Amino acid sequence: MADAEQTNDPTKSKVGESILTDLVLSSIRVRKWIDFAFMVVGLLALLFSLITLLALILDLVRTGGPRVSWDFFTSFPSRKAMKAGILSAWVGSLCVMAVTSLCAIPLGIAAGLYLEEYSKKNWITTFIELNIVNLAGVPSITFGLMALGIFVYGLGMGQSILTAGLTLGLLVLPIVIVTTREAIRSVPNSIREASFALGSSKWQMVRHHILPYSSGGILTGVIISLSRAIGETAPLITIGALTFIAFLPPSPVNETFPFVNFQWLTEPFTVLPIQMFNWVSRPEKEFHVNAAATGLILLMMTLVMNGIAIYIRYRFRRKLKW
Amino acid sequence: MKVAALTAANHPIRKWRKFKESAIEAALFLAAASSVFVIFGIIFILVSESLPFFGHVSLVEFLTETEWSPLFENPRYGILPLLSGTLVSTMIAISVAIPMGTIIASYLSEYANEKAREILKPVLELLAAVPTVVYGYFALLFVTPLLKTFLPELSGFNILSAGLVMGVMIVPYISSLSEDAMRAVPNHLREGSYAMGASKFQTIFRVVIPASFSGMTSAYILGISRALGETMVVTVAAGLQPRMAWDPTQPAATITAYIVQVSLGDLPHGSIGYQSIYVAGLTLLVITLSFNVIGLFLRKRFQESEN
Repeated sequence: MADAEQTNDPTKSKVGESILTDLVLSSIRVRKWIDFAFMVVGLLALLFSLITLLALILDLVRTGGPRVSWDFFTSFPSRKAMKAGILSAWVGSLCVMAVTSLCAIPLGIAAGLYLEEYSKKNWITTFIELNIVNLAGVPSITFGLMALGIFVYGLGMGQSILTAGLTLGLLVLPIVIVTTREAIRSVPNSIREASFALGSSKWQMVRHHILPYSSGGILTGVIISLSRAIGETAPLITIGALTFIAFLPPSPVNETFPFVNFQWLTEPFTVLPIQMFNWVSRPEKEFHVNAAATGLILLMMTLVMNGIAIYIRYRFRRKLKW
Repeated sequence: MKVAALTAANHPIRKWRKFKESAIEAALFLAAASSVFVIFGIIFILVSESLPFFGHVSLVEFLTETEWSPLFENPRYGILPLLSGTLVSTMIAISVAIPMGTIIASYLSEYANEKAREILKPVLELLAAVPTVVYGYFALLFVTPLLKTFLPELSGFNILSAGLVMGVMIVPYISSLSEDAMRAVPNHLREGSYAMGASKFQTIFRVVIPASFSGMTSAYILGISRALGETMVVTVAAGLQPRMAWDPTQPAATITAYIVQVSLGDLPHGSIGYQSIYVAGLTLLVITLSFNVIGLFLRKRFQESEN
């Protein structure tokens, strides 16, 4: 049976066509080889990116690692490189991040909720969506210019922690909105209908079902946006963050009535990336070591935050199977 | 009895609930509209602070003068040097990021299996999470010395290493979005291509990439706007010298770097130096926004022809 088929095969019957088959086969071989070569090129490109990241981390560890010590965290910047530390910088970063979170998280989640759950399909919604896309594409430094013109000079808020926090909050707002929308969209409609069927109002439905079920995705977005904000330098330089600060903002908690004070909001500040920028732009080698140490701390913070975000996303994707 | 009373439309509890619902909706709407206020705030402040500048300097001088020295004694206000720095650094970054990003996206989407992709994609995205000032440090103190072993005439501050580092930094933006777009291409197109005897390589370049054109375009556009607006890498590593910078081995200044440089000093509100950073910012915004609009337009056109 098989023999009969083979003898009937026209390509085998003539010599010329067997050469043709050879040509086809060799062309297949060449194309398979191209496929394989392209895969290797892809792997190499991937490897190159990852090696760059690794080189960056290793260089920071090698140069700055030995400089990271308890004293480095508890000293103010100084003219002597070996005595200088990042106390005012990390406290400043912490304060600015607090304001940023308070601004970006509620605003971003509320905006995402509105666009996914409440908005009607009309030109206003389209316009808002278009604006969010554009906002995400605006260079970060223009946020700094806006803040300098509006917050610092227009509203007289000065070059303060409050100004910086609000600037970064508005800067990362699109990230929070987009990730919130994605998380809300993944909640199936049957949940909404079930809730309405039981007589809940829209807000009750959102409050008790949509928000809890999408909290993992929202949290991921919040962490990623904060990790972006903590490394942001340019807009804060633009609004006039100082590079040399040898004092701390007053504590937000008092021992006497009314126990809290908001004076820290109006204080001048510096943050970790600005401190690093200041050190890296000096000609002396010793300050570059400080810059590397600050960079290492900054990098570790962002990598840990991103790691947590990846983990939460992974966990939630596995746990929730609608 | 009570239930019947509650369901009556004008019962106070119902009214209160209705009021609460609409108040919440209004508050959420305001939050969503805040992004519009921000965009308008940015445009308003950039334009209103730039207008007095053009009272001193004519638009022709601004666009054709080849020197930029607003803070010198004999100030010259030509945006071209800053523009050339921005364009050259963006071009270098893009010529690294677009090929690498596309190749990596093709690999992740067409070759890698589910597990490898799940691990590689987030790790690759870490590249975009590194603070840009750290990349500046890396470009100045690692890449430049490294490049000097091949190019001895390279200046200590140069736009080449800044551009290259920016390129690697942008790779994940392009690769992630492109990969999403490529994976959204329905499988029957690939199968059709294979059935016609195409190889994998041919399928990627003649079927998958053309079919995901709109997504790829937005990935490229996002990458380009990132490169145009990138500040810290060029500020730290490219040397802050505004001059016509077509030679990438020499120092140069970009629009963004100029803004940072001026902001570091103490400029009085309303002086021409202060206005000049708004003019620079406005120029940058116009360039990036027009890129975004082109991207949006291309995407719309393409989606229409797809339908």
